[in-house]
Amino acid sequence: MTQKLLTGVLLVFTFAAVSIAQEADISGQAVDSLPPPTVAPPSEATAKDTPNDAGSSITITWKRSPDDLARVSGFIGYDISRGTSPEGPFEKIGDVPAGTVDDPELKAYLDNNTVDGTGYFYLVEAKAKGAVSGAVTSMAVTSSQAWFNFGLINMFIATVFMISAILYYISSAKAGKKLYIRKIAGLEAVDEAVGRATEMGKKIFFIPGTQDMDNVQTIAGLTILGRVSRLTAEYEARIDVPVSRSLVMITAREVVKEAYLSAGRPDAYTDDMVYYLTDDQFGYAAGIDGLIVRQKPATIFYQGAFYAESLILAETGNSIGAIQIAGTAMPAQLPFFVAACDYTLIGEELFAASAYLSHEPKLLGSLKGQDLGKIVIIAALIIGFLIQALGIYNFASLFRVAGG
Amino acid sequence: MKRGIPLIIAGVVGTVLVIQYFIPHTPFGVLNDVFSDWFSIIQATAIWLGALNLIKVSGDKVYKRKRDWQFSLVVILCFLLMVIVGFFFSGGRRFLDPGTPFSLLYDYVYSPLVAMMFALLAFFVGSASYRAFRARNKEATVLLIAAFVVMLGRVPLGDALTGWLPDWLHLSVISNWIMNVPNLAGQRAIMIGIALGIVSTSLRLILGIERSYLGGE
Amino acid sequence: MASEKTKAFLLKMIGIDRRIIFIFVFIALSVPMFISIDMNIPTSPEVEMLVETMEKLPDGAKVLVSLDYDPSSEPELQPMAETFLIYAMRRNFKIIVIGLWPQGAIQAERAKAVAEEHEGKEFVYGENYINLGFQSGNELVIQRMGSSIPAAFPRDYFGRPVDEFPIMQGVKNFSNIDYVFNLSAGYPGTIEWVLFAVDKFGATLGAGNTAVQAPMIYPYLGKQLKGLAGGMKGGAELEILTSLEGRAVKYMVGQTFAHAVIVLFIIIANIAYFATRDSKKGGVL
Repeated sequence: MTQKLLTGVLLVFTFAAVSIAQEADISGQAVDSLPPPTVAPPSEATAKDTPNDAGSSITITWKRSPDDLARVSGFIGYDISRGTSPEGPFEKIGDVPAGTVDDPELKAYLDNNTVDGTGYFYLVEAKAKGAVSGAVTSMAVTSSQAWFNFGLINMFIATVFMISAILYYISSAKAGKKLYIRKIAGLEAVDEAVGRATEMGKKIFFIPGTQDMDNVQTIAGLTILGRVSRLTAEYEARIDVPVSRSLVMITAREVVKEAYLSAGRPDAYTDDMVYYLTDDQFGYAAGIDGLIVRQKPATIFYQGAFYAESLILAETGNSIGAIQIAGTAMPAQLPFFVAACDYTLIGEELFAASAYLSHEPKLLGSLKGQDLGKIVIIAALIIGFLIQALGIYNFASLFRVAGG
Repeated sequence: MKRGIPLIIAGVVGTVLVIQYFIPHTPFGVLNDVFSDWFSIIQATAIWLGALNLIKVSGDKVYKRKRDWQFSLVVILCFLLMVIVGFFFSGGRRFLDPGTPFSLLYDYVYSPLVAMMFALLAFFVGSASYRAFRARNKEATVLLIAAFVVMLGRVPLGDALTGWLPDWLHLSVISNWIMNVPNLAGQRAIMIGIALGIVSTSLRLILGIERSYLGGE
Repeated sequence: MASEKTKAFLLKMIGIDRRIIFIFVFIALSVPMFISIDMNIPTSPEVEMLVETMEKLPDGAKVLVSLDYDPSSEPELQPMAETFLIYAMRRNFKIIVIGLWPQGAIQAERAKAVAEEHEGKEFVYGENYINLGFQSGNELVIQRMGSSIPAAFPRDYFGRPVDEFPIMQGVKNFSNIDYVFNLSAGYPGTIEWVLFAVDKFGATLGAGNTAVQAPMIYPYLGKQLKGLAGGMKGGAELEILTSLEGRAVKYMVGQTFAHAVIVLFIIIANIAYFATRDSKKGGVL
């Protein structure tokens, strides 16, 4: 609003000055030969191959026009043009608006449509009302693909370290080294929960989360389903697994069928134990709630990824007096499960479940590797806190993940 | 053989996708996109399996007049209604314009039903809080006080009650501090543990140590 | 005798039928719909940052609006969408709407209709507003947009090629977008926008989230995320700071009453618990 007012005032003064000049013949010139509007050009235009990428990209940077920095009224922005020789011709490829007060002196533009191996020159032109002036990059730049993204070097080191730690402890567990794992109350209670359902003659519901097979939590949930199904087969209890995703339905059927087979009860298994409801989040929650209220299962497992439906499901289960064991790695949903369920596997306990329930050395070894990773992170936090608090070094920058 | 091939596929694909994260060069750089597209295609196609299963299970319940078969009938009718309207009577390209059959079903059936399910949370939070927030021990007491502060601090009532106190004692300020400091620290710690758990689980899946998703041990 | 009666009453309170709590919560939420109460809603630094960033945008700025939620989050996020579009209309922003959730693009149309009714004028489709619709792929869509927005969204929500529209001229990637405004209820959402659009492609991002999601987003506030409106209160603060008081401010009254009722019940539960701690009886709850 203020900008428009200023522009209007400037125009009025300009016209007034022109009229006075005409009358008094100060300049001796006619109105239609006013000097053309001008704009200060940008400077230091440079282009370079965008690093750590898959090619076809060049980054152009330039120092903003003094008119842009001074926020002169009428300044519009910059046109970016590209050519294969410094004299042109240049073809416009994009534009960038004027900077704001908080923007740095240097502006950048990403040309993502280059042909690798072709040399390009770029023209960066500042635009104001009716005026254009530009700067050309001084040398040809070609884009190329990188074989390694050095912006992710810290991630690479962390990945190699974690994989090595886990593999080391897996191999030492295979070699017979005894590994301690603390009690996880939720997993200790699985037997009791399945037994309770058997005694009461009521069903067990297993809800493997609301996400698909590409979510690790769903896989972790299905791992627990395998163990629970084996118990239900042995105890001759009935289990229902209503799912939210078709691929989960297919996988869960395999898991339950194999569990019944390994328990020596293949005849007790039917495909109808695992059935699909809907992909829709709250449609699924409504369906589960209806099943819980009507069928009144004795035991309900919630193992996987959940969102807002977590409390709806858990409270409904609580209202019918079912014993509920939940496990999720969704931090926002953990408080709801803790409040409404009898036992909750918190975060990584869900992923530790398969190791815990099977006590297989290889799986236990991987947990130990995880713990080593945690120790390193804790040490980094303490060291980093001290270093940064004392102003010695920006330790956090070592953990920044650059774009790739 | 039955489990060998899936294990090999999981191992190879998992390893390649980990490596490709660090290598932008073709063909590695595009692998993530390619595999994700393949997964989306499989996922979308698999919806038919789920839908058919839903109709089969519900139809079976209705046909055999099993317990609560009426609810299964409602499922089938609603499913068919949405499919028929969506495919044949949606209103064409301008299906979002007010008054089209699709729009009517979305605005007056689907939206209110979904909003209603979410609204249940308001009531369930009340009953869950009533049950959970009891000062049974020191930790539960701290939790209780934090819950009071945040619940009152997130609404104007908190500042109305503590407006006469110095700024730093206003419930909204303390509530913001609780959310931004101890709550955030706890969330971050849990997220770090979860991330490590995911790394470990993923490695076990890639190496074939974790095979339960294939069925059995 | 009296103390026995009191104890019996308190024991009943410990095991109170949850439906009684539901009734009181229902009354607390519904009564404010029929009475008008003015409330002083203090604003928080996160929402102030959000509005400051919006105010620094030039008039006519190109803004990408991503609505990543469905009708279940409508009460919390739709008022934010409406407020932002009304604000955008007043500042002549050019709005490009997308949705990473299927229902997001539909919610945008609903918010647009409300904004147009509020301002008494309409967006000109293709010139200062376009709805590119939903695209599956979650964060991969954002990644594709970083290379080319037209490649990620070749057609608008109504099936027309995007290069037909003046608003999309010169829009190649995030370098040509002045601001990204994201409303999110889960995955994919603000975290994906931060990780891809901001960290990888340098976009300027402001967001609104549901109250449950907002604490997960706090770590990104500051350098990566320029402001966050969390939950109904965040929506109310957004309305106040943009002087566009609407639904969120009204809904805060109901939320205030509901919170007060829940706090009251918790106090009653604790009084009952302490008074009857020696009794063995459990209860419905």
